[in-house]
Amino acid sequence: MEHRDDIGAKLGMWLFIFTEILLFGGLFLVYAIMRSSYPDEFHQAAHHLNAFIGTINTVVLLLSSATVAMSITAIQKGNKKLAVILLFITLLCAAAFMVNKYFEWGHKIHIGLYPGSDLMVTLSHGQVMFFSLYYFMTGLHMFHLVVGGIILTIVMIKVKKGTINADRYVLLENGGLYWHLVDLIWIFLFPLLYLIT
Amino acid sequence: MTEEKTHHPEPSYLVDTGKYKGLMAWLTSTDHKRIGLMYMYAIMVFFSVGVILGVLMRMELYWPGQQIYGPQAYNGIFTIHGIIMIFTVVIPGLAAVFGNFSLPLMIGAKDVAFPRLNLFSFYLYVLGAAIALASQFMGNGPPDTGWTFYAPYSIQTQTNVVAAVFGAFVLGFSSILTGLNFIVTMHRMRAPGMTFFKMPLFPWSLYATAWIQVLATPIVGITLLMIIAERWLRIGFFDPSLGGDPILYQHLFWIYSHPAVYIMILPAMGVITEIIPTFALRRIFGYKAIAISSLAIASVGYFVWAHHMYTSGMSTTARWVFSLLTFLVAVPSAIKVFNWVTTMYKGSISVKPPFLFALGFIFLFMIGGMTGLSLGALATNIHVHDTAYVVAHFHYIVFGGVGFAFFAAIYYWYPKMYGRMYNIKMANWSFVFLFTGFNLLYFPQFIIGMMGMPRRYFDYLPQFTFGHQLSFWGGILLVIGFVIMLITLFSKKGAKAPDNPWGGRTFEWNIPSPPPVENFDIMPELGVNEGPYDYK
Repeated sequence: MEHRDDIGAKLGMWLFIFTEILLFGGLFLVYAIMRSSYPDEFHQAAHHLNAFIGTINTVVLLLSSATVAMSITAIQKGNKKLAVILLFITLLCAAAFMVNKYFEWGHKIHIGLYPGSDLMVTLSHGQVMFFSLYYFMTGLHMFHLVVGGIILTIVMIKVKKGTINADRYVLLENGGLYWHLVDLIWIFLFPLLYLIT
Repeated sequence: MTEEKTHHPEPSYLVDTGKYKGLMAWLTSTDHKRIGLMYMYAIMVFFSVGVILGVLMRMELYWPGQQIYGPQAYNGIFTIHGIIMIFTVVIPGLAAVFGNFSLPLMIGAKDVAFPRLNLFSFYLYVLGAAIALASQFMGNGPPDTGWTFYAPYSIQTQTNVVAAVFGAFVLGFSSILTGLNFIVTMHRMRAPGMTFFKMPLFPWSLYATAWIQVLATPIVGITLLMIIAERWLRIGFFDPSLGGDPILYQHLFWIYSHPAVYIMILPAMGVITEIIPTFALRRIFGYKAIAISSLAIASVGYFVWAHHMYTSGMSTTARWVFSLLTFLVAVPSAIKVFNWVTTMYKGSISVKPPFLFALGFIFLFMIGGMTGLSLGALATNIHVHDTAYVVAHFHYIVFGGVGFAFFAAIYYWYPKMYGRMYNIKMANWSFVFLFTGFNLLYFPQFIIGMMGMPRRYFDYLPQFTFGHQLSFWGGILLVIGFVIMLITLFSKKGAKAPDNPWGGRTFEWNIPSPPPVENFDIMPELGVNEGPYDYK
């Protein structure tokens, strides 16, 4: 008999998500310290971020979280085709997010706002901290998004092949949990970086 | 029972049964017992490297002034010694070796919850250790920051800090995955009837350890990434010349690295808690107090980190709060010591090598713990901060504690691991050399530390010469003891070990030595009135 423990697998995933939150927690802590040390500089620097693109990306990520959750319901009901389509939409959203980020970062780098640039050297320390944290936090988040995308691609192939099905879908659930984590972190990054101006 | 023994239905885990043979069979095995042994071999190799570096330091310090190499080499050597000993030896240490080997056996499981993830953490460990080691040979020379990578020097030095830091990051990831694996294993795979409060106490200590690994390691992960980012992009988180705050680095670093001390010592305490009832033939005294004290150490230990920073610049309030919390951690540690000693009281003690090492542990741990209190007190700390006194203190805990518990654990579970006994007399001699060598090596450091010998110094004033020379000879005795131990364990095959050579009561002693691949032919159970340590 094959050993299988779905609850154990999910427990493991939750613990892993815990560690991821703590990983970002360190950065949020630094953000909090810097924000209280340099409130005015953070205020000025935040004006340089494009809240419109940020909002679009938030909507895109929320949508992708919804489709991943729906694909779990679809597989539970045995609708394999729908589950694949929903996962595909999730991946499209991830791609759209990346494209947006590319333009956002590209624009900032174009006007010389990046760590170590000539322009950055002239800014006050608080502003440098803001932009450094901006790149560090969104960069690390993007790395997680790419990893999540790879996981969901594997999951999608497995759904297609039928190894993930109505009887055993814990891998899809865990992939979905990870994707929600990626979403959740963005939900905190977005107001802290873009909206508090 | 006798009939079952005559025809072992299952081959032992040491026999290759899969599609590979020899080395490949080990490297691809997801068997927790094999992974535990692979960790043990790797750790012993790294430990030997660390010991050699330690001896090199003691040789250099034999007389004041330069003896065999210069100050820059000395800085590199104490840094590598620290990185290897901390990140590749004592942090994975007991949890990775004996947690993997014994935990599933002790709770009556066939394996850990995620066997493939377990193998993956082993490879991450190897990768991280390889990167950390490679950092010593690549780039602009070995890192010279000390294992703590304190900013701003770690930002400014031209040596190969990035590789060492990245190696530590990967090792941390491996540690997280092992901890996660153990937590799920203990929640989901205990034998029927084994409630949490009937679990043996080594698993209990691993449980507390695993939570620290999961909760604390990510913080150092992100801190190490910040160091790398700061070095590459000149950001200015920590380096004051870039506008940063070095105290922030110290806080972030110790938020992990102090709990890491409990990642090291808690499994050591767990091992001692197994060994003492077995060799005193008595039920452990204060079972619940020991179990809960592990959790108490883990949770209070999370909030004491800033006692490393009394002289760095903190408000007085912060300092006395951290001092108070530091004193509080001593309470559950002392609870354990009292319970061990009480377990021995009126027991039928048989002094075998594991028990000798356990006694050695208690003695050394008490010295290490008491001197920890004098370091935790604000006033005395200012006097001995950054002196050899600190070096002596943490070696008494990390080597005298974790190291001796590690040796005790090897001598305890060796018959189960290999199905062979070792030469008891030789093992006792290894204890004599290790124990006297250890005290001769580190006790003088307390004294010259009090007299004012700073730590991490290449040169020193003549009045410290005698202390350093005693330490050197202690180190030599220690190395002799270690070599005797290696010969005892690995030179020739001993007599065949019985299933239960020490009369232990936990599950692993009911199965053949070495255990079969699937551990248990009949899955064990605990009855309603049975406990983990039911000695007559």
